[in-house]
Amino acid sequence: MKDYFFQDSVGKPMDRVDGRQKVTGAAKYSAEYELPNMTHAVLVGSIIAKGRIKSMDTKKAENAPGVLAVLYHQNAPKVPGYVQAAHPSEPKPVGQPLRAFYDDKVYFNGQPVAVVVADTLERAMYAAHLVKVTYEEEKHATDFTKNVSKAFLPTAAQRNPKHPLNDYVRGKKDAYKTADIKIEQEYVIPTEVHNPMELQSIVAHWEANDKLTVYDKTQAVIGTQNAFAKDWDIPVENVKVIATFVGGAFGNGLHTWPHETAAIMAAKKVNRPVKLVLTREQMFTMVGYRPHAWQKVGMSATPDGKITAITHEAIGQTSSYEEFTESTLQQTRMMYTSPNVTTRYRILPLDVSTPIWMRGPGEATGAFALESALDEMAHVIGMDPLEFRMRNHTDRDPEKDLPWSTKYLKEAMQMGAERIGWSKRPNIPGTLKNGEWLVGYGMGVGTFGANRGRAKVRAVLHDDGTVVLQCATTDIGPGTGTAMVQIAAQNLGLAPEKIIFELGSSLYPPSPSQGGSATVASVGSAVHAACKALQQRLATLVADNDAGFKGATADKLTFDNGYLSLAATPAARVSFADVLKRQKLKEIEVTEESKPGDERTKYSMYSYSVHFAEVHVHPLTGQIKVAKIVSCADAGTIVNTKTAGNQMIGGAVGGIGMALTEGTVMDHRFGRYVTKDLAEYHVPVHADAPAIDVFFVNKPDLINNPNGTKGIGEIAIIGVAPAIANAVFNATGKRIRELPITPDKLI
Amino acid sequence: MAVEKDLPHTCSQGEKGQCPNEARRDFLKYSSILTAFAFMPNMAVKAADLKLEEKLVSAFEKVNVTLNINGKKRKLSIEPRTTLLDLLREQLNLTGTKKGCDYGQCGACTVHVDGQRVLSCLSLAAMQDGKKITTIEGLADGHELHPMQAAFIKHDGFQCGYCTPGQIMSAVACIREGHADSDDEIREYMSGNICRCGAYPNIVNAIKEVKNGGQKV
Repeated sequence: MKDYFFQDSVGKPMDRVDGRQKVTGAAKYSAEYELPNMTHAVLVGSIIAKGRIKSMDTKKAENAPGVLAVLYHQNAPKVPGYVQAAHPSEPKPVGQPLRAFYDDKVYFNGQPVAVVVADTLERAMYAAHLVKVTYEEEKHATDFTKNVSKAFLPTAAQRNPKHPLNDYVRGKKDAYKTADIKIEQEYVIPTEVHNPMELQSIVAHWEANDKLTVYDKTQAVIGTQNAFAKDWDIPVENVKVIATFVGGAFGNGLHTWPHETAAIMAAKKVNRPVKLVLTREQMFTMVGYRPHAWQKVGMSATPDGKITAITHEAIGQTSSYEEFTESTLQQTRMMYTSPNVTTRYRILPLDVSTPIWMRGPGEATGAFALESALDEMAHVIGMDPLEFRMRNHTDRDPEKDLPWSTKYLKEAMQMGAERIGWSKRPNIPGTLKNGEWLVGYGMGVGTFGANRGRAKVRAVLHDDGTVVLQCATTDIGPGTGTAMVQIAAQNLGLAPEKIIFELGSSLYPPSPSQGGSATVASVGSAVHAACKALQQRLATLVADNDAGFKGATADKLTFDNGYLSLAATPAARVSFADVLKRQKLKEIEVTEESKPGDERTKYSMYSYSVHFAEVHVHPLTGQIKVAKIVSCADAGTIVNTKTAGNQMIGGAVGGIGMALTEGTVMDHRFGRYVTKDLAEYHVPVHADAPAIDVFFVNKPDLINNPNGTKGIGEIAIIGVAPAIANAVFNATGKRIRELPITPDKLI
Repeated sequence: MAVEKDLPHTCSQGEKGQCPNEARRDFLKYSSILTAFAFMPNMAVKAADLKLEEKLVSAFEKVNVTLNINGKKRKLSIEPRTTLLDLLREQLNLTGTKKGCDYGQCGACTVHVDGQRVLSCLSLAAMQDGKKITTIEGLADGHELHPMQAAFIKHDGFQCGYCTPGQIMSAVACIREGHADSDDEIREYMSGNICRCGAYPNIVNAIKEVKNGGQKV
């Protein structure tokens, strides 16, 4: 493994390549592009949860100063793709994304029903209030608990018995029920909302009748390009998607949403660029959320701490028009040795908008139940929960019956236990005090598939010795560009300062969407391939033209700091720039694709994390202070310890929100959120975030990809909420199974 | 839409180069004219029919202000309902100041007004006449970053970067106010600035470094 680190770029805590732009305000996010003749659009949302639009009076709005258009289902430009998707010759889709202004139907409260376009933002905002809509209301169902009996197996699983969302049985079904030592508990998480700081926004511009450019907040440049090309029935290359900077997303940019289509329609109608920025309130209903979920875990174990059976059931909320599913039960199937495992997943359609993956999707929800249940069982048998997990550790994937590509979870657990001071954890809950405060320690394990997709990267070496790489990936915050520069520096033998990585444009070679913790594995592998291809080109050039290098091949050359040389004669080196100049070449260019191979049929690949929390609980007020978090990750090679560490810290902060502060509250009389801004929906603030220590095992997984990386984004949050819930139990003896754990639940 | 222009009248330059009384007088004058129209319903209705309302509003419903933004004096004619945030972002193309909620709940829009941190989304631009506004674009000294900007890069006090300008403007003010003497104090006095990426510990480290380094902020 040591050979891999022959140069020092990968692994260094390098400052972000775009740091200066971000701290000076120069970084341009999607709503910040200035185009000539810009107009502003504001959406009008429905105020009923279910029914149809009876009438729409837009006259007042249309007559208001500066208003250019008011669009709704009866006058909006037709979207050809809408018709296509409903064509009978096509296979029936499982549900359908909400089509903006398609008909008079209302599926959820806050659904966009009209868009107002004006020459200034103030005028558009004012006129939007003048649109009068009357509705024919139908009885809505938004209450999860009251409607839970309507949950069903997702249609995709009903149609395909091999679909992973089907019921899963390993060993004997529901075997825990007949065991001597067992627990059975229910766990609930409320709907949580991504709420990135940047509001969802788009600038849509028809540069010609069949040529569309969008500056869009998205995690999927190519996915967005394809979706709009299909919607508007124009060639894919006629759609340009720009997302150079994305102000956080956490999953809500993995889907195209009605507001995007509304802006594109509006731009078509007024024949000018249209800027549309959602309000914070609209962020709660128009761009997805982590769905409300009910779970039940049954578990049995032997007195000496071997799990004998787990049954894990989950029901997740979805909308009436789209079946949203996620891998809530995956961790239960593969994490522990248990010979008997049963999982059952169902979805419950309600009259609400469609959820979308939110950081650690499904798995974070599932891990709250599973890792809480593990803590409950450890308590029942009187065993340290760390020891209980160690005893049920598995060195082979019990679900797929395959070896792991790499798994260093035990090392991570030992590392974290030491760092948090696990030995101070009281065996009897509620017995450790610090002044007035009760003190407790808890842990939670997280895992997520070490995914990798197909990506392509273009690399151009210029005759001044600099390299520009391009890929249509995005950077929603993890520091993608920085990591790619480091990977390129490593694999090219060039200083990072001489490398530029360009992203966020559909003009660049394609990449998968930035989701599922797969960007570094996917795009990083393509960067690796492009760099190796550039080295080959350089080798060929010197071998063909330079007597000193006659017959040289890339594998016989050393590439270091912008120079190449023969290993035998290191003094006779030549710079990359000179190789080009001698042949009068301005530049050389390569484009390389990289994709996973059949290693994925031979190995099971996951990233792992373990989080330890120390909490202080005030016995009288129920106030909970997270005093410290230690997060340890087995995520393969860590390309940049600074940005990766930051990503882990961010996941822990997100987990604090999940555990203690976040949750929407709906007034079911209207099917409308009461919590629809950041004063009512509490994301963690500075005062909620303690010192967070992050440690990486930092051992490469070279089976997964040539850089040895595994993803970080999801495992950073998966397992944090149960670690805190378990610590609260350890401090107080009170087991809270419904998030968030607010003080009222403890007093 | 703000129109950057010379004011239609001259005034003697005040201490900070403003002439607030003139602007206020203009505002009252325009308001009176609009009020007069309101008393003539027939005429107003007719005006609306002919789309004259739009022209009327454009002509009368503007306020002249002079703002000193990042050291540059800007004479502007703006709608009274325009917030300082929207003025900066939508009309002056100073997009470094961010809109995260528009309700004063997230801090992304923090700027300095006469040296104090202020939420620009809750501040009407018309009320800033004669004031000195500093945005993130005006913090650095030419190419030389402000120590807080440099510390944010060094400590990786951000991820997506969207809350960053607000965090930095608040952080500078936090030290100036004398509220950066301990980790807990920094956390308390920075709690109005939300970072959804969760880079809080790194932000605290950046502020501490600047505070302990004793550089001028």
